[in-house]
Amino acid sequence: MSDITLDRQLVSEADTLVVPAPGYWKSVGQRLLRDRVTVAVTVVLFGILFITLGAPLVTHYNPYAGSVLARLKPIGTPGHWLGTDETGRDLWTRLCYGGRLSLLAAILPVTISLLVGGFLGILAGYAGGFLGTLIMRTMDVFYAFPSILLAIAICGLLGNGLLNSIIALAVVFIPPMVRVSETVTTQARNLDFVEAARASGSSTLQIIRHHVLANVLGPIMVYATSLISVSIILSAGLSFLGLGVTPPQAEWGLMLNSLRQAIYVQPYVAALPGLMIFATSMCFNLMSDGVRGAMDVRLNK
Amino acid sequence: MLLFAIRRMLQAIPILLGVSLVVFGLVHIVPGNPIDMLMPPEASPEVIAQMKAAFGFDKPLYMQYLLWLLRAVQGDFGLSVFNATPVWGQLVTALENTFVLAILGAALGFSLGILCGMVSALYHGRWPDKVFSAIATVGVSLPHYWCAIVLVLFCAVLHDWLPAQGMGDDSLPLYHRLQYLVLPVITLSLIPMGVIGRLVRATVLDILGQDFVGALSAKGLTRWPVIRHIAKNAAPPVLALMGLQFGYLLGGSILVETVFNWPGSGNLLNLAIFRRDIPVLQATILVLATFFVLLNLLVDIAQAAIDPRIRR
Amino acid sequence: MSTALQQAPRAVDARDRGGPAQPLLIVEHLTKHFPVRGGLLNRRVATVQAVDDISFSVRKGETLGIVGESGCGKSTTARLLMRLLEPDSGSVVFDGDQVGDKRGIAVNDMRRQMQMVFQDSYTSLNPRMTMAESIAYAPRMHGLGRREAYDRAESLLSRVGLNPRQYARRYPHELSGGQRQRVNIARALALQPRLVILDEAVAALDKSVEAQVLNLLTDLKQSLNLTYVFISHDLNVVEYMSDRVMVMYLGRVVEAGPVAEIYRHPRHPYTRALFASKPTLDPDRRTTEMPLTGDPPNPINPPSGCRFRTRCRFAQPRCADSVPALAAPFDGNADPTHLVACLVPEAQSAGAVHHA
Repeated sequence: MSDITLDRQLVSEADTLVVPAPGYWKSVGQRLLRDRVTVAVTVVLFGILFITLGAPLVTHYNPYAGSVLARLKPIGTPGHWLGTDETGRDLWTRLCYGGRLSLLAAILPVTISLLVGGFLGILAGYAGGFLGTLIMRTMDVFYAFPSILLAIAICGLLGNGLLNSIIALAVVFIPPMVRVSETVTTQARNLDFVEAARASGSSTLQIIRHHVLANVLGPIMVYATSLISVSIILSAGLSFLGLGVTPPQAEWGLMLNSLRQAIYVQPYVAALPGLMIFATSMCFNLMSDGVRGAMDVRLNK
Repeated sequence: MLLFAIRRMLQAIPILLGVSLVVFGLVHIVPGNPIDMLMPPEASPEVIAQMKAAFGFDKPLYMQYLLWLLRAVQGDFGLSVFNATPVWGQLVTALENTFVLAILGAALGFSLGILCGMVSALYHGRWPDKVFSAIATVGVSLPHYWCAIVLVLFCAVLHDWLPAQGMGDDSLPLYHRLQYLVLPVITLSLIPMGVIGRLVRATVLDILGQDFVGALSAKGLTRWPVIRHIAKNAAPPVLALMGLQFGYLLGGSILVETVFNWPGSGNLLNLAIFRRDIPVLQATILVLATFFVLLNLLVDIAQAAIDPRIRR
Repeated sequence: MSTALQQAPRAVDARDRGGPAQPLLIVEHLTKHFPVRGGLLNRRVATVQAVDDISFSVRKGETLGIVGESGCGKSTTARLLMRLLEPDSGSVVFDGDQVGDKRGIAVNDMRRQMQMVFQDSYTSLNPRMTMAESIAYAPRMHGLGRREAYDRAESLLSRVGLNPRQYARRYPHELSGGQRQRVNIARALALQPRLVILDEAVAALDKSVEAQVLNLLTDLKQSLNLTYVFISHDLNVVEYMSDRVMVMYLGRVVEAGPVAEIYRHPRHPYTRALFASKPTLDPDRRTTEMPLTGDPPNPINPPSGCRFRTRCRFAQPRCADSVPALAAPFDGNADPTHLVACLVPEAQSAGAVHHA
């Protein structure tokens, strides 16, 4: 009797598809590839990455050597297609090499906050109770500061330098990262399949690793990407105020500051570093939007 | 409702205490003795000891904290190390100037943002949506200090339409003084415009997708009343974000004020950092952070007053 | 239907400890209250008495149905049995061993013998795991090797009627509700449990699919020697699947007994009202019972004594004074396991409902 019923069920519910559908991440990737804006933006980002990391390949000048005779040349000068800065250094070269520090100063704090904040947030979200409340209340104190203010306060007191700026920004970014991770983890934890996993007798660590993490990392990574676009602006802003990278290093925010006086002489040259900051930040912003869009539709099935 | 407000206010107290701890602690975790930062290196040990006693640095840490806090609550932040004038007076003047910028910037940014957002949502998918969304995205990704420089470049350097820096003299007529406001306010309004614009667009789209809007249209309501209904539903999260943004404008104006040399609290902070003027630094950060906390408190209570679901 | 199958001789499970006479599950005085917080300091302002002092037992090889309206505590009971919630008081004894007790059986060991199928087939499955991965997860966590776990997953898939070659590598959003619920059943069977709790397992399915899944459950019970606790608000389905039935109201058991007896001669006024609300097209099956009166129950402030008294037209003053215990009906019972929680004889015998 059982065999007959099973056969009938097989026939009645048979799927005509024989080829297994692509996995979740693969389908997200497919959606992303069809989104022209995100693809364009990613190409631009790779371009920026190329000219910064591969700076020696695209320019032969020394970013630290300049001739006072050649200072503040306009855009289009033969030999210096983007002009020179106030000490005669080729601007294109300074932008390329400067990009290294600017990107480092922006991405590293976000990475640190992702690891520390993500860990704390997932812990707070899954464990809940006293531990969770403790973590969240501590974060609330840091949330009481506007981000720029906190970054400047920490930087101002620790002193100049790339390292201090990275530390300051990492501290500023940890509370929002904790908040986002906690929210997403709490949502995932209340879903039935996590209950089912608990009902099957797995340990907490196993459940987090297999069930919670995969469902939680997506939104967290999207948030981290959008945080990078803010981080670029903030880190360059810190250098702009003189709190981050110090001269004679090349960095976009610092260049913006030192070229400020040159605005009366060579206005367009003076504005170029800011254009790089803007472009990079915008690209990260659009990319994170694109990734979020590609992931959301699937989740809303 | 009242219960919620009281509970929220009580919750704010430990946060404020935490803030004061952080502000106080930051100075002391910094490597180096605060005194060494204030004194020239060749000062004699007796002078150093005197200064220590005068500033209270010889007392245990928690005593210093309590004394500082007690005086701070009364508005006494001591004297500025740089120019020996009371910190409080300087701070108040600077805050007033920043407040002017923040209010105007917020007003401009919020109105433009709401406009952009609404238009984008109502014309979803068509070209107004794409244009205004792009504007909002630009507003959010723009480094506002760079934008300030660009504006100065066009309006002051290349064309001499508006003054590049400063706040203007008291002796100038009002019309002339207002010119000094234009560029900073426009610059400050960009980020709030972008942020609010995006949120309004997302919220209104969300509401439009809900069934009850269709029901309202089916009842025969014309455009305007439907928009009013949408506005009422979109208000809570947007208001919350507006409060937050205003707080950022107040507390985070330092970059713009530096570019325009506007004598506000941000500029004061900048100067204090470079002069190592600890009392001014502590006072400014504490007051700005306190403002932020109180603002968030107000926003929470206002949200709960509008949307009964938020009160628990 | 179920009784006929039950009479066939059953193989004895290797993990059986007490023999066929010992109930597989004995629940005694199980209680769970949820605090409602509010006020200035977030203190406990009120209590939701979700499950209040319930006791019942489940015999080996039978299907115990639990019925009641929303809010009566059925799902909370299921979660208490699985220890997804900690009971405030009371005990659960599994095949003679007290759960959670040092001398009894550990919660984790109990979970290897008792599993649950949830109502929402979609949220019960991890959207990022394939069907095979979801099913193989529990065995792997308990130490089974990867290859064996996946083999078991594939054989379970075919057991529940899904071709493993087509379905093993699918994701939840690619399957229909009925198919997903089959996977949930397969997942519950992965640890080879002896008792399966089905919490509204077919409630979200279309009628035709529901019938197929119910048939599947019946087949599995027979071939795998299972015991079921079948929770539902659908009276017809419970009648079809169960050997014995337990009726819950506002966190308490009001009536329990063999399914035929309860459905033919319900004694408790609530049970009768429940059956009276079942729509039927048969003109012979007309009811003379009055529909329920009074306000729907509030589990936060339940009435004292018998909780049904505010809606019962036979209520008397003594109904408010003491909680009626489950006891034999006043007019005697055809089956000694038929128990009613009511103090008023007229309430138990009034207005027969024609219903078979």
